[in-house]
Amino acid sequence: MDYSWIQISVAAVFLSVVITLVLSRGYGWFSRTFWRNAAVVSSLIMLFILMWLTFDTTEKVRPGAGQVPTWTVINHEIALVWDDTKRRQMPVIGEQTGFFGKVYSPEEAYALINKGKMTLQGRNCMECHQILGNGAYYAPDLTRAWLDPWWEERVMPMLGVDTREEAMKTWLQNPDKYPQGKRRMPNLHFTDEEAVALVAFLKWMSAIDTNGFPPRFGVAQ
Amino acid sequence: MSVFALRQPKELYESQKLAIWYFIVAILLFGVQITFGLFMAYQYIDPEFLYGKLSFMTNRTLHVNSMIVWLLVGLMGGVYWFLPLETGREVVGIKLAKFIWWVIVAGVTVVVLVYLFVQVGPGNAFTLWFINEGREYIEAPRWADFAIVAWVAIFLYNVIATALAARRITGLLGVLIFDLVALGALYSAGMHYTVNVTMDQYLWWWVVHLWVEATWEVLVGVVMGWSLMYLLGTPRKLIETWLFLEVALVFGTGILGLGHHYFWIGTPEYWIGLGGFFSALEPLPLVAMVVHAVYDSGAHRLYTVNKPALFWAIAQAFGNFIGAGVWGFMQTLPQINMYSHGTQLAAAHGHFAFFGAYVGTVMTLVYIAAQNARKHVQIPLDSKLWGWAYGLLIFSIIGVVASFTISGFAQTMIERAELGSTWNAFIRAYTHPWYANTHWWRFWMGMLFLTAYLILVWDLVTIGRKPAAAVEGAHD
Repeated sequence: MDYSWIQISVAAVFLSVVITLVLSRGYGWFSRTFWRNAAVVSSLIMLFILMWLTFDTTEKVRPGAGQVPTWTVINHEIALVWDDTKRRQMPVIGEQTGFFGKVYSPEEAYALINKGKMTLQGRNCMECHQILGNGAYYAPDLTRAWLDPWWEERVMPMLGVDTREEAMKTWLQNPDKYPQGKRRMPNLHFTDEEAVALVAFLKWMSAIDTNGFPPRFGVAQ
Repeated sequence: MSVFALRQPKELYESQKLAIWYFIVAILLFGVQITFGLFMAYQYIDPEFLYGKLSFMTNRTLHVNSMIVWLLVGLMGGVYWFLPLETGREVVGIKLAKFIWWVIVAGVTVVVLVYLFVQVGPGNAFTLWFINEGREYIEAPRWADFAIVAWVAIFLYNVIATALAARRITGLLGVLIFDLVALGALYSAGMHYTVNVTMDQYLWWWVVHLWVEATWEVLVGVVMGWSLMYLLGTPRKLIETWLFLEVALVFGTGILGLGHHYFWIGTPEYWIGLGGFFSALEPLPLVAMVVHAVYDSGAHRLYTVNKPALFWAIAQAFGNFIGAGVWGFMQTLPQINMYSHGTQLAAAHGHFAFFGAYVGTVMTLVYIAAQNARKHVQIPLDSKLWGWAYGLLIFSIIGVVASFTISGFAQTMIERAELGSTWNAFIRAYTHPWYANTHWWRFWMGMLFLTAYLILVWDLVTIGRKPAAAVEGAHD
């Protein structure tokens, strides 16, 4: 898009005010007609801008188009790196390492992540956790769950498994047996297929460029 | 007596009888909301409480979904109450309205039972259609979504057909119709499944934000306008001028204010500036509402036909401004929101804003209906109890909000600013005394809120019953 947010904001406010004033010539600023015009004009202008930005955003959030990664990102290493130009953390896609010892084709990766998303919704994860910062506030934000150092530091030794995906899958299927902190996740009885799919979804989501949210992820000790 | 109050015939319109059912169900669901809220409050203290049987997620689903439904039902009830008074005739299509109402009541019952006893389902389309859509606030399974859209469509038909049959389109009716079209259309934006979580949340906010921060606020403007005309006899011209001003500001700031939900979900960076700028302006209409309410009540020296309703209307104006406006502004700028987003601060804002903006409105409407539902209409409506319910509900919700605000500050500092937002950082935040100590406080304030709710229900059942204070034929 060729316009900055400042240009859009100024234009929106300016157009709303000017068109209202032109339409309301001859009426006082505290008349019913003046404010009726203001209501209709500002609603329509803002709605028009929202529609226009929605088309732009829809294009830009297609997987692979920009800030949202392609499905096959699950085959790769992912890391958060400080970007000194933007002055925030950015997800960086590394070399191909496979996922659960397999390299997924784009179609397979899509199907797997889709299953993971449905599982996420079907088990109502959002009513304890946050997804991209949205949800309930009882359990941790899952935006960067795949990148959490806790898996290596604590869960993998606890479960005696070698890879992060194994650790996540096993833990997700037995959260009641391995409590972390005072609040325990209930056992939601994920099948093997669902657990793998959920881990794939979380891995894919961790590669979304969220403009730096959540801040300072994994920086402090 | 206001001109608007004089239009009330002694025998209620069918539409008003239906409105009373709306209010009864709304108040019952308010009780459901409080009950499950208390379960959660106790689970914060003792996470093992009802663990695995009625987990936090189930309680929260019921807590927030019952809230959305009861507030919407209350606002719609307000429209059914005032529509015949505004148009001077019975609502067109009232039979259809009654039919869909009982379908909705049955549907809500089924949805609640499924939430309670089935809770979750496998990761497939069947779950999304019949158990739970898993999207906060609008978990209702897809079949229920269609029922809700049909309900809003019939409601819209009632309003438009009645206005046409009465050959009367007032400013209030015009705004109402405009707003209901938007409200119905926006809900359908929340009915899609998409695997791309960024796009999913982009559209999800069209329902959640553009309902709560735009179309609902305008709906409140309409029913509060009617309420003030009824309670204080405020002239229509003044009401409609303010209403248009509010619509200009609510839609003018709120539509692009939507951008404050697009800071961190993977959407382009321009939303950070746009969302920050427009959402920072969102409190403006709320200031206008406070000025309006204070001016009107002052001009009438607080003399009204219905004391509890007027006091709730004033509480609504201040609560909306402080809860939605101040508590929202506190965390809407991106440089702050980056740290506070998704912490207990969000819950503090949610509790304060919904109570101030919407509970206050529905209470105003409910007391107006309670006054006229009796055989003898007491004027001015007053009782000894309503003040206790009013004072305690406001006091205890402020207590709940304060507890969330303090734990939110601790969480924002410790989890986000200091420790780097990880799982471990999250645990270390919620075990910090500044966070953990507020759990008790929140629970007991919740218990006080429940007590106040019970007083409210008792008052609603008994208020205006005393024949001694009744004024015979006040409507004649």
